[in-house]
Amino acid sequence: MIPASFEYRRAGSVEQALGWLSEDPDSTKLLAGGHSLLPLMKLRLATPGVLVDVGRVPGLSYVRDAGDHVAVGALTRHRDVEISDVARAHVPLLAHVAGQVGDPQVRHRGTIGGSIAHGDPASDLPAAVLALDGVLVIDGPRGRREVGAGDFFRGFLETALAPDEMLTEIRVRKAPGGWAFQKFNRRAQDWAIVGVAAVVNGGARVALVNMGATTVRARGTEEALAAGAGIAEAAARAPEGLEPPSDLQGSAEYRRHLATVLVRRALEEATAAGG
Amino acid sequence: MQVTVTVNGKTESHDVEARMLLVYYLREVLGLTGTNVGCDTTSCGACTVLLNGESVKSCTMLAAQADGEEITTIEGMASSDGVLHPIQEAFREHHGLQCGFCTPGMVMAIASFLKEHPDPTEAEVREGLEGNLCRCTGYHNIVQAALAAARPGALAP
Repeated sequence: MIPASFEYRRAGSVEQALGWLSEDPDSTKLLAGGHSLLPLMKLRLATPGVLVDVGRVPGLSYVRDAGDHVAVGALTRHRDVEISDVARAHVPLLAHVAGQVGDPQVRHRGTIGGSIAHGDPASDLPAAVLALDGVLVIDGPRGRREVGAGDFFRGFLETALAPDEMLTEIRVRKAPGGWAFQKFNRRAQDWAIVGVAAVVNGGARVALVNMGATTVRARGTEEALAAGAGIAEAAARAPEGLEPPSDLQGSAEYRRHLATVLVRRALEEATAAGG
Repeated sequence: MQVTVTVNGKTESHDVEARMLLVYYLREVLGLTGTNVGCDTTSCGACTVLLNGESVKSCTMLAAQADGEEITTIEGMASSDGVLHPIQEAFREHHGLQCGFCTPGMVMAIASFLKEHPDPTEAEVREGLEGNLCRCTGYHNIVQAALAAARPGALAP
């Protein structure tokens, strides 16, 4: 499968990339590792006229200890997040989930910024960033802005990013308590049919993969735990208010059931781990 | 656009379409047909090559993205006098292939994996090969070959 023709430009800086984006934002796409965009282009589901390759923009690949949070450059590859000592020490959930994306080859190329900006509801990293109360740093022609993960993921492949903006940094709050990630799929390397990222530290934040048009929090579970419910009772409320998709992997009803099981397992694991 | 890539130690420079995928550059421009196209959807791993020493799926990368980088394909594994790379030798010893279609990708994936995990367990090998599909042998001998390549002599054929 061959993508439709496009003009290729390699950006040397964020400013240059933003300049090219602003020329024709609606038909220009940013290319980082290419592991979300290129498959779509090969299927001709995406046909950008101009592809701005930001893969070599210097200074955007890092995992830094920034006091109360960890800052991750948007171009940091999944493999580099997975093995980062800073991530493992302060946000082990993020390091673990980065190591669950796709397969080793995918993790060598794919970037955290690309995965977050793509906003696929079946992706693992958006749920991890949501559970960790992440903040997305966005640069654009109107300057820099910061958007909380809860406001960033808006719908199916839809985020708060405007067509002329670029995600440059992902900030996640240090999570010293318990955590867990549950991913249920039929074969290795598959997308999650349902996934759960949980952080338990006094309160609990529980984010779900593939339980809606975008990554969502299990509000029913969080409310139940806040009101003093036990894990089993809280997990039973995981699908409350959610509209999971039906597809070849499972019906919406199956996903609702799976969410209750996986949330229970995640909460048990996170609690045992020190939540 | 002009793309200059070092492939198996040799510098190559060609004018290619921006949309040309790396795997087609290797196969059709350079004639290195050892790298196979299987699923063409980033799943099967038949097109795995090394980019600066790390495994990548060359069906999901533009040739333009490899500009200035070093690529190693299956053709670059055996030495110039025909002596097989230890991973290739382990595949031969342990009968790690049947039809052979997935083999180049398996060998390249294992080369990258063993750099990251020099002393792997069997479970780690199996997880490490999750990006490569084989439709004939059922993986057992592929895993044995990877373990043998990691520990020469540890597994008698």
